Amino acid sequence: MPGTVTRPAPRTATPGRTLLRLATAGSVDDGKSTLVGRLLFDTNSVLSDTLDHVEMVSKRRGLARADLALLTDGLRAEREQGITIDVAYRYFATPARKFILADCPGHVQYTRNTVTGSSTADVIVLLVDARNGVVEQTRRHLAVASLLRVPHVVLVVNKIDLVDYSEEVFTRIATEFSVLARSFGLVDSRCIPVSATEGDNVATHSARTAWYEGPTVLGFLETVDDTRRAVGSEFRFPVQLVIRPQQAPSAPWAAQLPAVDGDYRGYAGKVESGRVSVGEEVVVLPRGSHATVAGIDTPDGPLQVAVAGQSVVLRLTQDLDVSRGDILAATDAPPAPVREVNATVCWLAERTLAVGARVLVQHGTSITKAIVKSIDATLDLDTLPGALPEWVDADALGLNDIGRVRLALASPLPIDPYREHRTTGSFIIVDEADGWTLGAGMAGVSALAPPPHQHTPGKEAS
Amino acid sequence: MSTNQTAAAFDGLRPLTELQALESESIHIFREVASTFASPVMLFSGGKDSVVMLHLAAKAFWPSPVPFELLHVDTGHNFDEVLAFRDEAVAFYGARLKVASVQDYIDDGRLRERPDGTRNPLQTVPLLDAITEGKHDAVFGGGRRDEERARAKERVYSLRDEFGQWDPRNQRPELWSLYNGRHLPGEHVRVFPLSNWTELDVWDYIEAEKIALPSIYYAHQREVVERDGMWVAITRVTPVRDGERTELRSVRYRTVGDMSCTAAVLSEATTVADVITEVGTSRLTERGATRADDRLSEAAMEDRKKEGYF
Repeated sequence: MPGTVTRPAPRTATPGRTLLRLATAGSVDDGKSTLVGRLLFDTNSVLSDTLDHVEMVSKRRGLARADLALLTDGLRAEREQGITIDVAYRYFATPARKFILADCPGHVQYTRNTVTGSSTADVIVLLVDARNGVVEQTRRHLAVASLLRVPHVVLVVNKIDLVDYSEEVFTRIATEFSVLARSFGLVDSRCIPVSATEGDNVATHSARTAWYEGPTVLGFLETVDDTRRAVGSEFRFPVQLVIRPQQAPSAPWAAQLPAVDGDYRGYAGKVESGRVSVGEEVVVLPRGSHATVAGIDTPDGPLQVAVAGQSVVLRLTQDLDVSRGDILAATDAPPAPVREVNATVCWLAERTLAVGARVLVQHGTSITKAIVKSIDATLDLDTLPGALPEWVDADALGLNDIGRVRLALASPLPIDPYREHRTTGSFIIVDEADGWTLGAGMAGVSALAPPPHQHTPGKEAS
Repeated sequence: MSTNQTAAAFDGLRPLTELQALESESIHIFREVASTFASPVMLFSGGKDSVVMLHLAAKAFWPSPVPFELLHVDTGHNFDEVLAFRDEAVAFYGARLKVASVQDYIDDGRLRERPDGTRNPLQTVPLLDAITEGKHDAVFGGGRRDEERARAKERVYSLRDEFGQWDPRNQRPELWSLYNGRHLPGEHVRVFPLSNWTELDVWDYIEAEKIALPSIYYAHQREVVERDGMWVAITRVTPVRDGERTELRSVRYRTVGDMSCTAAVLSEATTVADVITEVGTSRLTERGATRADDRLSEAAMEDRKKEGYF
């Protein structure tokens, strides 16, 4: 393949290799599929039978060389119509890191897909065409990245070959972008000049952009700091289920594991943020009772400390009534259970959300009924370039709208402000009748400017 | 088989490793399903992905036993070594297994043998019947998104209608780690706890956790014939054809399925570490190299998934 730099890329892991989740976003024809294809190709993640197929199809379509965008077109309708329908997940790896990439389509239902992909992303990779620079879509994607609190944003200024590798063009776009990113509250942003088709600065530095001294796209992804995830904020542990074995497990597998006594009672769940140690005091929400961690159990043996991301079983010294839906939290700044929550909601469904609607709210491991008390504003992303998006009065939310909503809850939920806790500050809105996922909710004051008529600013959730 | 100390060795200062993160995410998914569905069931064939799933399920509920049954849809064309291993693994983890037999369906006329002899597509009917009979509202499958283009679009929770059909254009968005399993009567949810694992992750985990697999995953001598660019073993369902010359070669299997459509790869890899090296440098995908059923058409997997196949 011309323009290809062959990388001796073993896909096997080095010890202690970590996982990074990223999402892509870009407008139509920014070359997003080609960039993703290039990342897969340059990390040796595309194997020859797949590549043969791509070359065959490219030839059949009369292309001079293999179109890497074809690597990512998964469904029959996508291949036939040359469009991307839905978020797809791709996997690639280097010795340093394994990557999970949420490949979000740029043009069909863009907000919905970008929100979905960004909800778990550590990094969002935004694309612009060097010939067009920052466009309205870029502002929309930045707004979503900001709302979803994606920790890192990287702007790929693609098709730099089509502006003759011009430093001046790149600098102009990069300057505009960083001003915009800062105004959206995104502290960690970076720009990289790239030609996805030619492979410039994707996996290897390009001699044709000698003026650029920063990392390649892959280099950036390999080194971006992810320690934050382990340290995080205060401890949060939604209880998934209570483990109370009726009898000691007798299978040969269990016989090799740590033994437990007859009246074992543990709480299984995943540490969503922070860390917890044996002997530490925790609060059980929403009830508010206090307890001390007696043990952190795993089939691999007991732990002294469990941190964000780990699935474990916690035992408590006190015999409390704890069940699925409860959250164990640090005694330092636990979320107050609320009966009403103000949140920023991304609406993901065709049907409209109106005041008075009865919905379900799924938060952590609990589900409760809710009524929409008010819809205060929606985010107008068409505000003049450079300025923050404006909140405008609204009384309904439609597909892809981002709005400020006040919900009354049937039972109290310990919801954190999303700005501090991406997991326990988030919830989904579910249709009571058919179970469909309708909206993505983020509690508390939005990352973007607060709405004009906020009732009690952020208080409910903080 | 013994457990390793991946979790215990963690000092709380560094981010989780790739395998720790994947294991933890899968365990979270198992626990969510077990706590929110009335009658989950897990597909289990004895193949590497399903053995890893069973290992993860056992870890997710320890020290309680796995709280759901396993289901194997036996095409009648499985390798003897795999069936024997299947039963050993079920006993080892203290699980319970139900078997739905394609052969029974053929014997009593509910299914008819296909002209090409492959039975993989025939699995869908006994599978959907078993789901209905068991009133299963959640079915765990070992599908991974790295396997195939259509699977890259699959959610962790994938809603199916009463015909078991998947509609890729009409999937629920999946946000954060909030899995929405609500469904209407008659519908069920397919759950893929290994969604974010790759073939190499599975092998790295097998190595780290010392998980046993059927012997055919490792290099052994077998009578094979080169057919359509694939190494097909000579078995009772894939006999030698006129004009073919059989050879004794050192081979292993990358996927384990119906003998009529699963081919071997030439290999000298006799240990897990050898396999990891081999997979890490292979230029062929797992399914592209060895699965004849994926070659039926450009969208073979997508079409079968829409019909209710995994």
